[in-house]
Amino acid sequence: MAIELKMPALSPTMEEGTLAKWLVKEGDEVKSGDILAEIETDKATMEFEAVDEGTIAKILVPEGTDNVKVGVAIALLAGEGEDASAAVATPAPRAEEKAPVADATTPHQMETGARELVADVARAEKAGADARDPEIPAGTEMVKMTVREALRDAMAEEMRADDRVFVMGEEVAQYQGAYKVTQGLLDEFGDRRVIDTPITEYGFAGVGTGAAMAGLRPIVEFMTFNFAMQAIDHIINSAAKTNYMSGGQMRAPIVFRGPNGAAARVGAQHSQNYGPWYAAVPGLIVIAPYSAADAKGLLKAAIRSEDPVVFLENELLYGQSFEVPKLDDFVLPIGKARVAREGKDVTLVSYSIGVGVALEAAVKLAEEGIDAEVIDLRTLRPLDTETVLTSLAKTNRLVVVEEGWPTCSIASEIAAVVMEKGFDDLDAPVLRVTNVDVPLPYAANLEKLALIKTDDVVAAAKKVCYR
Amino acid sequence: MARPQTKSAGATSPKADPVPTSNRERPAEPKRYEASKEELLEFYRQMTLIRRFEERAGQLYGLGLIGGFCHLYIGQEAVAVGLQSALDNEKDSVITGYRDHGHMLAYGIDPKVIMAELTGRQAGISKGKGGSMHMFSVEHKFYGGHGIVGAQVSLGAGLAFKHKYSNDGGVCLAYFGDGAANQGQVYESLNMAELWKLPIIFVIENNGYAMGTAVNRAASEDQLYRRGESFRVPGMQVDGMDVLAVRGAIEEALQWVRAGKGPIVMELKTYRYRGHSMSDPAKYRTREEVQTMKDTSDCIDHAVRELEAMGVTAEELKAIDKDIRQKVAEAADFAEQSPEPDPAELYTDVLVGTY
Repeated sequence: MAIELKMPALSPTMEEGTLAKWLVKEGDEVKSGDILAEIETDKATMEFEAVDEGTIAKILVPEGTDNVKVGVAIALLAGEGEDASAAVATPAPRAEEKAPVADATTPHQMETGARELVADVARAEKAGADARDPEIPAGTEMVKMTVREALRDAMAEEMRADDRVFVMGEEVAQYQGAYKVTQGLLDEFGDRRVIDTPITEYGFAGVGTGAAMAGLRPIVEFMTFNFAMQAIDHIINSAAKTNYMSGGQMRAPIVFRGPNGAAARVGAQHSQNYGPWYAAVPGLIVIAPYSAADAKGLLKAAIRSEDPVVFLENELLYGQSFEVPKLDDFVLPIGKARVAREGKDVTLVSYSIGVGVALEAAVKLAEEGIDAEVIDLRTLRPLDTETVLTSLAKTNRLVVVEEGWPTCSIASEIAAVVMEKGFDDLDAPVLRVTNVDVPLPYAANLEKLALIKTDDVVAAAKKVCYR
Repeated sequence: MARPQTKSAGATSPKADPVPTSNRERPAEPKRYEASKEELLEFYRQMTLIRRFEERAGQLYGLGLIGGFCHLYIGQEAVAVGLQSALDNEKDSVITGYRDHGHMLAYGIDPKVIMAELTGRQAGISKGKGGSMHMFSVEHKFYGGHGIVGAQVSLGAGLAFKHKYSNDGGVCLAYFGDGAANQGQVYESLNMAELWKLPIIFVIENNGYAMGTAVNRAASEDQLYRRGESFRVPGMQVDGMDVLAVRGAIEEALQWVRAGKGPIVMELKTYRYRGHSMSDPAKYRTREEVQTMKDTSDCIDHAVRELEAMGVTAEELKAIDKDIRQKVAEAADFAEQSPEPDPAELYTDVLVGTY
């Protein structure tokens, strides 16, 4: 019987991809390890290798086909001694398009709690749960764009406008970015301004900071913020404190950016939210956007800022699409939160990927008659407490949703601010929905248990509403 | 154990302990600078100003007028004076660690604003908010003043990156000590600087002790000028107690770097007479060792002997000394009498922008 070759999952969160090119044709004999096809995702082009020997009996999905779901049969392979045409005549049962069977020979989606986070984002976006930003002028044409593209466009626009702006980091140039955020920048700006560094975070964070002190506008990309711990001395001691220590003489206008927070099944050392760490430091600006529009508008603002900025992206959001205003120069104000969804019964405060979880929770709460307001903080330092307190004055109930640890978190900070400045508006204690207070585990079931979930947000919101 | 240097040319010659021969181009052996009388007098004046200033700072510290950490440059004056005299102040940049008063003075920056920073006054060069370790003068392209051992080396590579990026012809002088020479980021910076041919001179001020630890107790290769070799960065070892040897060496180094040949390491063998900071009783070395260095290798005595040989009279030197004593006394008075920062300064300069 012919073997079905199925669309593989090339990354933990990949749902579908483009079958860019077949490197074999019907009738070709293949053996294990031969490259059969090139598959493209929004992030990368990957090669699809043969596992079994045999003859390509039939190509079921032609090259150039977009949106091929993971697990769908894309070709039939006749085994040794098997008649290829007979194999085609008696095809194997069609693969189920949903829930591919999890056996050793079938490509299937890796189990991960991260998928739930991404799904929340996608569902919330589809449901139109995310309100239009009042910063965007009415009537502005909107275009769908991934967060990855929005970040790239922000950098490219600022680099076109200002020769002092350059990007440095590991794999940012020739490789086009480890997560493809800097895709195309080398081609447009050349290797003077798009600079591959050795794997040497402490050193190149210092080089970037020194260049900023001398008057350039560096964008330092960390492959992930986990590696920036090696560089945190320069981010804090050199960049954040210089203006103060010099009595305002010496500045460090630099952007440190890269993915932050949990990704999918990458284990404890690659899954941490550093938002609370950097937000604790005077002298820094800390931004953690959720949507593509905010990613673009705030990264442009960060690059223009005279102050050092820590710009925390999220790998799981890179591939998510959002509406982005089609404007020549879309810059958002730093330090302003956004009401992502208006409501009157309870305020859900979050940032980064937690906003997707909060928005999805708001949709579920609406089904139960609870009208939740969702606030996306966007900037973690300086914190827009006014928007939070204004919302609290309306709803009198507040839950903070944070993809990160609970102890000394942004959630803790919000709770303290609300106690100090909004106590009289509170009808219930502030609750925190955060990741579990453990290093992020690898095992799929444990990882799911450790990450924030919509249901926990729903439960917390009902609790503060005494429902 | 400590190895007191017994001859006035305090450096062991690189020739005595050669690096493996290489077919790569290397900088020429530096020659001692042939200073005119006027030049040497100016070096003498600057070195003496630094010495008297630092002695006074030590006194003010003892009186409780200077707080926290205060790292004096006494003994090492020939390094900053010899190196910085060769720079083009219109385009070259300098960065150093926390032992930074001497480097500021070598720029001719007013001793008053430096001393006032030490006493934490509004008139200090950092408005009193930086202190001894954190002084800057962007106007002079002096970028500090950094308290984390070794941090200034990668920051200095960043300054050099700017020189190259803007093609402004400048060179960065990044000073660090024998202690910082063991920090990882120094090697990260050497690697990038050579890869990208950055115009930077890595200046190792080897004063023999990283706080209380003698160089050869902390460095497996204690000939620190070799520390760049595995990155293809050439090094030179220089007698840092002889201002003309220092000046001669920097001429060679600058020529190398300005020619676009990439970075270079200079190890200046020097000696600090005082403790690591004012709170260091310096029990890790003998009084005799310190005294021997003062008697045989002092950079100011050295310059005096040469000036006398050039025909400068004791009266001329005395007049310079008197002028310096007066300047330092004025700086100390100014630093004591200037008001402390306004309490409102607590909240200024945290961020540049308003958000």
